[in-house]
Amino acid sequence: MIAKSSKMETLAENIVEQQAVKGRSLWQDAISRFVRNKAALVSVFVLIFITLLSFVGPMFSPWDYETIDWGVMGNAATMGYPSIETGHYFGTDDLGRDIFARTMQGTQISLTVGFLGAAVAVIVGTLYGAISGYVGGTLDNVLMRIVDLLLSVPYMFVLILLLVVFGRSLQMLFVGIGLFAWMDMARIVRGQTLSIKNKEFIEAAVASGVGSFTIIMRHIVPNLLGVVIVYASLLVPQLILTESFISFLGLGVQEPMTSWGALINEGAKTMQYGVIWQLAFPLAFFIVGLFCFFFIGDGLRDAFDPKDR
Amino acid sequence: MFSFIVRRVAYAVPTLLILIIASFLLMYAAPGGPFTTERALPPEVLKNIEARYGLNDPLAVQIWNYIWNVVTNFDFGPSFKYRDRSVNDIISQGFPVTLTYGIWSFIFAIIVGLSLGIVAAIRHNTTADYAAVGVSIGAQVLPNFVMAPILVLIFTLWLRWLPGGGWNGGQIEYVIMPVIALSTSYMANIARLARSSMLEVLNSNFIRTAKAKGLSERNVILKHALKPALMPVISYLGPAFVGMITGSVVVDMYFSTGGMGQYFVNSAFNRDYSVMMGITILIGVLTITFNTVVDIVYAWIDPRIRLS
Repeated sequence: MIAKSSKMETLAENIVEQQAVKGRSLWQDAISRFVRNKAALVSVFVLIFITLLSFVGPMFSPWDYETIDWGVMGNAATMGYPSIETGHYFGTDDLGRDIFARTMQGTQISLTVGFLGAAVAVIVGTLYGAISGYVGGTLDNVLMRIVDLLLSVPYMFVLILLLVVFGRSLQMLFVGIGLFAWMDMARIVRGQTLSIKNKEFIEAAVASGVGSFTIIMRHIVPNLLGVVIVYASLLVPQLILTESFISFLGLGVQEPMTSWGALINEGAKTMQYGVIWQLAFPLAFFIVGLFCFFFIGDGLRDAFDPKDR
Repeated sequence: MFSFIVRRVAYAVPTLLILIIASFLLMYAAPGGPFTTERALPPEVLKNIEARYGLNDPLAVQIWNYIWNVVTNFDFGPSFKYRDRSVNDIISQGFPVTLTYGIWSFIFAIIVGLSLGIVAAIRHNTTADYAAVGVSIGAQVLPNFVMAPILVLIFTLWLRWLPGGGWNGGQIEYVIMPVIALSTSYMANIARLARSSMLEVLNSNFIRTAKAKGLSERNVILKHALKPALMPVISYLGPAFVGMITGSVVVDMYFSTGGMGQYFVNSAFNRDYSVMMGITILIGVLTITFNTVVDIVYAWIDPRIRLS
């Protein structure tokens, strides 16, 4: 009874002081929806943990990713097993290199490729799509035909061709992946731009004499962000998969550097000699990492685009 | 419909031309000629070889000759690495292998994926549904290069049921693991697509009408729900095809099946540009043809596409 009356008092006070009801912005809505998604939220924390571990972990390891433990070299199956005492927490490979340090290094590279590649794709794709959609007409036609053309090319083969012609290096891998990653984004952004550009607030901006480029940057791009974030979050694991694919073939990241794909490849080659840990640990990181990305992507999609549910 | 097909085909041709020209230019721009070896050849010999391969002609002439040979004779020229073999020899060795397990993978992914997805949708929110969803989520993070070692670990090293590699003329025990490794993640995607579109269709008004008329569950699903529910799956077939043909590179390398992918990667390590180019262009032709066919089938099933 008492509680109720106090509640009524505050309510009455609110009315007297004419407090405005707090509205929730689109973003707050999206965030609250995202936070309610358990799998996505847990994934965010796991992913942050993995990322931090990959940078901080090597500091607590007595071995770095390229130093060879001569005592173990050649005897990985009998002496290179995971153990705290020797300092090889995840064991060693058959060259005697520490799997823990290598996994951390591979994680760093794979995540970097994923995030950097997605960032490039977001910037290029958003601008390309927004300009194409907003300007329309012939330019739109030409720009979109170019994207269609590039999309129908078997890009993994061309990417490998690029890597062979211009030398296999991490930089070239970045460039090559970046060259192909932005196109889907450009298409999606263009579609969204087409529906935004006929809204009244754009008309108002045009009427008040704002330039085309300013309209795109100030009014169109911010309204695209939801879609862009969702697709970027789905793009990151895709790029990691692409990089791992190429590194698995031995055409991507070069020794002594490594990545998830290269580690899985090495592990897959030596597992028959009984060094199962060389495959198991990198594979575990790869699978857990990708799971997290997919759950986060799903969570973001539900958060920004609830009509899909 | 006819005009749609013409438009679609007319569109595929320039795409192919651009692919050929672009990869030719790439090869042309490559630092070091194909005959740059550690031990420098005498200039006269080099000249002779270059003349034989037509490398002294102007760029435009070279491109024209290449395209002309590809289009009229389907001839991709000689390999730069193996003097006695042409790119066509290499392709004709590898292609049948890739085709064999590729087709099986495609069929396997579609049949298993569709069944999983449709059963999950019909038994929505039951154990069967959860199991199917679980499988398809799990399979999403198991791309071919992860599946391949796991399969070998289980079926070759632990159970000793299947050989860990080789082809042996395509005997069934050599084909099983490549097919599973290649198709798992696409099967999962097909299952998810089929499930969600089937669920959507089953909730639509015309299905309610069909049920209200007293049709059996079987008839409702097979005669009314299946066709519209298949649309998203059909549009996914194009990307799935590209993905599998790309994945065949990993399968070939890991299982040493001797398909085209193995030659592609080996020539990548050998800098055998003409083989790489030949395979890239052939794959491009396959992809673009397949996508065109899928688009036409799609438009044939769904009139809204061809009219827009």
